[in-house]
Amino acid sequence: MVKELNNNNFESEVLKSQGKVLVDFSATWCGPCKMLAPIVDAYAEAHAGELMVGKVDIDESMALAQTYQVMSVPTLILFENGAPVRQSIGLIPAEALEQFVNG
Amino acid sequence: MQSKDAVIVGQGPAGVSAALYLQRAGLQTVLVGGGPGGLAKAECIDNYYGLPAISGADLHAAGVAQAQALGAQLADDQVVGVEYDGAAFTLVGSKDRYTGRAILFATGAARVTPPIPGLKDLEGQGVSYCAVCDGFFYRGKEVAVLGNGDYALHEAGELLPLAARVTLLTDGKPAPEDLPDNLFVDTRPIDHLEGSPLQAVHFKEGETLPVSGLFVALGVASAADLAKKIGIFTEGQYIKVNEKMETNFPGIYAAGDCVGGLLQVAKAVGEGAIAGTAMVQYLRKK
Repeated sequence: MVKELNNNNFESEVLKSQGKVLVDFSATWCGPCKMLAPIVDAYAEAHAGELMVGKVDIDESMALAQTYQVMSVPTLILFENGAPVRQSIGLIPAEALEQFVNG
Repeated sequence: MQSKDAVIVGQGPAGVSAALYLQRAGLQTVLVGGGPGGLAKAECIDNYYGLPAISGADLHAAGVAQAQALGAQLADDQVVGVEYDGAAFTLVGSKDRYTGRAILFATGAARVTPPIPGLKDLEGQGVSYCAVCDGFFYRGKEVAVLGNGDYALHEAGELLPLAARVTLLTDGKPAPEDLPDNLFVDTRPIDHLEGSPLQAVHFKEGETLPVSGLFVALGVASAADLAKKIGIFTEGQYIKVNEKMETNFPGIYAAGDCVGGLLQVAKAVGEGAIAGTAMVQYLRKK
């Protein structure tokens, strides 16, 4: 289950979380985002209980995109104990997503 | 606007071969491109089945004539964009638009990105390959487009309504004609990019142009450039396909040099046949 994140709940859901949180910054008008969404959904389902997976709509939460210098969509950012540790830009296949989170 | 069952991007052996299968199955195709591509450069092909010592130009002319005799249309145009509305694909050319329920990328081998220091490292940090995807982030900012052809002008056109200022950087090449009034042009050769995220383009003669975004649109849009805009998996400059030449996007296929592997006419023709057959099955099911 992918959680909808926005300016209001980002702090409580991501920044104050212990462990890993995977955040997908995307937009409704972006082709590659639409293709990445089911891959992120499947990842969240397969790893339910292990880590939180969330999604930021950059049109609704522009401030979050600016804070994390998101300049291209989709962008995936992995947070660990509330801090961003790495990012991945563009559409990636499921295996690459596993590697991205595992590091 | 031209509407067909299938739109093929490219007029080389992979695209023409697929068109033969589609047309023979009663499906209408248009091949959009600027001629034979890499095949025209082959003076003598001596390793193609059944036709010893044929020139690339002759082989191309024979293939195209065969597809045209079956009803395939040829459009002399350059594809600069791709759109999908949930039912059909539209390929945006610099002269016309082409819609189809299935598309095949058969654009041949892609050119190599120029070795401008900073270009690779700043991808996603100011360097972008897709104006329609990333233009949003540069609203009210100063940006540049790298290139000097129709593709670069198309990308600049996407950015002009959003950005504070758009400059076309030709990197030492001549500036194109018929530019929009509000598009600036700088022909100076580029030395390197500065900042992370991007802050400026540094020219060889020492001066800089401050920009927060640089959109790369060199030459003709490659299959990988177009594929990335719509969400197709690529590996470097190659499009990823399965054994049926299907991409990860239902209805979109790729064949020939743009998927990598052996860069030979026989392989392109074979892949075109596989793609054409798979497209026939796909279109009949829809």
